[in-house]
Amino acid sequence: MTDTSTTPAGEYEAQFGDYFALMKPRVMQLVVFTALVGMLAAPNSVHPVVGFASILFVAIGAGASGALNMWWDADIDAIMRRTQGRPIPSGRVQPGEALAIGVALSGMSVVMLGLAANLLAAGMLLFTILFYAVFYSMWLKRATPQNIVIGGAAGAFPPVIGWIIATGSFSVEAWLMFALIFMWTPPHFWALALFMRNDYDDAKVPMLTVTHGRRSTRRHILAYTVLLVILAVGTGFTSIGGPIYLVTAGVLNLLFLIGAFRIWKRDEDDSEADDFRVERKFFRLSLWYLFLHFGAILAEATLRGYGMGGW
Amino acid sequence: MGIRAEHEIHTRRRGRNLGVGLLLAGFVVLVMALTFVKITNIDFNDLPGGDIQTQESN
Repeated sequence: MTDTSTTPAGEYEAQFGDYFALMKPRVMQLVVFTALVGMLAAPNSVHPVVGFASILFVAIGAGASGALNMWWDADIDAIMRRTQGRPIPSGRVQPGEALAIGVALSGMSVVMLGLAANLLAAGMLLFTILFYAVFYSMWLKRATPQNIVIGGAAGAFPPVIGWIIATGSFSVEAWLMFALIFMWTPPHFWALALFMRNDYDDAKVPMLTVTHGRRSTRRHILAYTVLLVILAVGTGFTSIGGPIYLVTAGVLNLLFLIGAFRIWKRDEDDSEADDFRVERKFFRLSLWYLFLHFGAILAEATLRGYGMGGW
Repeated sequence: MGIRAEHEIHTRRRGRNLGVGLLLAGFVVLVMALTFVKITNIDFNDLPGGDIQTQESN
């Protein structure tokens, strides 16, 4: 009798969870949440089944682009400490499998979103997948220190897609949510690059810390944070904002600005002495920052349904 | 040699097969639910010729 298995007995067999890990579940959480907020903040209502299916397909599309990113970046993932445990560098999943899963799920998610919601949303999802997997992963990431800045757009598209699912069109509010994530991404990743200091050097990824130095990265974090604060607080006065959003944004942006200022003020000796405590704290705060801003937009939209919320 | 009820490959791939099976089942249910919602929410007067049908029924 012939064994049809391609894996010899005793060797590790990829499990379902390994394939799921290819899809970057933590990034998918952010995508699901921001796309959901984009959809619910829109003035049109969506049938719950259509809304659920649409957000699911957006999440699958995001996961597919994550799998394509892992396939392409397997060589540098094997070098960086932060990514060595990923399914491909750890040998749990073969690169070809990741490519097949990425391509198949990309196609499936785009077609299904077109059928569930509308063609514009599907087109935008396709653009986002290509932007992340091809434009960012295959070109930008290894070519320019602006990789995070421009590549951040890929993570910023989900609320726009969510809005289009509900309305079938673009609008200023959707682009404001886009801008919020777009401006938040650089300080978030540069803080990470400061305390994961050898990873990007070893992998020869031209992060700002590698090409322009750590002092310059600290300056950039502060500059982008100032721009982000203006944008985030300003959004509070638009139609997706309101008192709840404004209070939330006021507190968070003050904390974020203080954090960025402290990062800017420190030198490497200070950071080494306390194992990058301020940078790590800023990074953790950045996660809450985005979650709570979108939570506040969602709260305003929900209350608006009851005649409250908003201005 | 007797027929083995379960090949070793089945044991190794149980979790994976179960996961894929459940996903496919979920996908079928989702497509059914979507189809049901889409069909029951269609305003037939918006379709080409829908106005003719309305006039005939008057």
